[in-house]
Amino acid sequence: MTGTATAPAPTTGPLTGSPAGQRPTRRIWSYWRFYLALSPFYLLFAVFGLYPMLSTIVLAFQRWDGLTPRRFNGLDNFRFLVQDPTFWLSLQNTVVLFLMSTVPTLVLALVLAVMLQSAVRFTNVYRIAYFIPNVTSLVAMAIFFSSIFSTNFGLVNAALRSLGIPQQDWLGQPWGIKIAISTMIVWQWVGYNTLIYLAGLQAIPKDQYEAAKVDGAGAVRTFFSITLPQLRPVVLFTVIMSTIGGLQTFTEPQVMVGNSGGTGQSGMTVVLFFYRAAFLDNDYGYAAAIALSIFALVLLFTAINWRIFRGRGEDR
Amino acid sequence: MTRLRLRGVALHAVLVLALLVFLLPFVWTVIMASNTTADIYRFPPKFTFGSHFGDNVRQVLDNVAFFQSMANTATVAISTTVLVLFFDSLAAFTFAKFRFPGRNALFVVLLATMLLPAQLGAVPQFQTMALLGWVGSLKALIIPGAANAFGIFWMRQYFKNSIHNELVEAATLDGCGFFGTYWHVALPSARPALAFLGLFTFVGSWNDYMWPLIVLTNPDHLTLQVALSTLNRSHGVDYSMVMTGALMAMVPLVIIFAIFARQFIKGATEGAVRG
Repeated sequence: MTGTATAPAPTTGPLTGSPAGQRPTRRIWSYWRFYLALSPFYLLFAVFGLYPMLSTIVLAFQRWDGLTPRRFNGLDNFRFLVQDPTFWLSLQNTVVLFLMSTVPTLVLALVLAVMLQSAVRFTNVYRIAYFIPNVTSLVAMAIFFSSIFSTNFGLVNAALRSLGIPQQDWLGQPWGIKIAISTMIVWQWVGYNTLIYLAGLQAIPKDQYEAAKVDGAGAVRTFFSITLPQLRPVVLFTVIMSTIGGLQTFTEPQVMVGNSGGTGQSGMTVVLFFYRAAFLDNDYGYAAAIALSIFALVLLFTAINWRIFRGRGEDR
Repeated sequence: MTRLRLRGVALHAVLVLALLVFLLPFVWTVIMASNTTADIYRFPPKFTFGSHFGDNVRQVLDNVAFFQSMANTATVAISTTVLVLFFDSLAAFTFAKFRFPGRNALFVVLLATMLLPAQLGAVPQFQTMALLGWVGSLKALIIPGAANAFGIFWMRQYFKNSIHNELVEAATLDGCGFFGTYWHVALPSARPALAFLGLFTFVGSWNDYMWPLIVLTNPDHLTLQVALSTLNRSHGVDYSMVMTGALMAMVPLVIIFAIFARQFIKGATEGAVRG
């Protein structure tokens, strides 16, 4: 399969690499152009992706402060990790924040997408406006949300006060911190997921709806028996993306309540915990052990999502 | 008919309400940035635009090296975007249109790399930067992000579906050569895909926070996001000034997004549905 002239009629599949007229027997180096074209990514990945990952695995079994020589300490880092209450707290915070932000985000997004689909006019205005939060700087928005949730003068407390409800010390108490952070995440991600769902809704064949109509199915039944099942792959995509993003939450708590995680360390997520161990405490071996646990956590959650959404799909 | 119209009105009422919720933070940011902190800090707060924007801007400029940070951010975002567009599209074109030993294996490796959360390798990454002497330098932000698996994967789909082999063959017969074909045939035909990938990379790079926070150790040489966070930490009580900084940091991006919004949204949503 060498020589380009073999391809018939308009096709878009891969071509063999040889310029026309070259002999069929080719040594591997005759493909050097292709390898050269691919090399930037693989070189960069090797140096800045693969090596750090492998090095992190080794580091997780060592003790190192960056100054004195590295020393192997077996499973000490992991032993210390499972006994570290802050680690368990950060895991709990991360999962709670993930649920508090992802569930409302995806439900609201689905509702808005269904509504947007039946809207005829202004759809482009809505789409652009809904998407803007997603391209806005996380740091700027974290500052904004900490301002509206601020104790004495924030917009949220001003609204409560005008309704006669006593104002809350949002960023000074554990649940307040979680509410402020997840509000920001919801604000930033509802629009993006709405547009993903909208694209998914528009891809559902119209005749299915017509068939349901003929069968006399109401709007609610149609939604649960046609729309949702058809949307399953798209929902899986959004859940996986939210999981990967949610488990790596860092900027929001770091900017809103600082490196400490705030009152009761309520904003201490696993990635913030990792950042502290590595770059504030210079406890590199420990940080590496944390990093591996986060990676395991992401894989676990992705696998769970996959099972829930794909597994049930195959049963049908 | 009236029932239908009523439903339409209710529908748009909800959609407009959502739109206001999404846009309110921007309006409120502008209100805060144009008033004094005292005006925002009273009850009820001032809900109208004030006349102190100039003062606030001056204060921001006094407290952080704003233009330096903006220039740094622009340098990083533009360089990263140009490099990503070039390296990713070249690799994608190669994967999409040519056959060579090891192609499939290399592509599987490429897909697998997307599963690795890069920030978790931050400690050895930092050590590597120290070895290279790049700590505190913008190179530490630009070079590691100069090519990425997502972009290659995305562009490859585009090249596979949109460029006919005949075109590539004709170019080769004309003596274009591999790189000539890439430059004269593949690149010009991939404009929409390049536009999305470019915007996506630019936005991501502009807003990147954790890695710049780690690797930019010189307080006079930061990116906007890190400078903004520093400003917030040291002058957090002066909201109108900090919000002015936030506004100044996000305006360029909002303008860019507004110009290219349609292409961006199209690119961002169709990948999800196809996959």
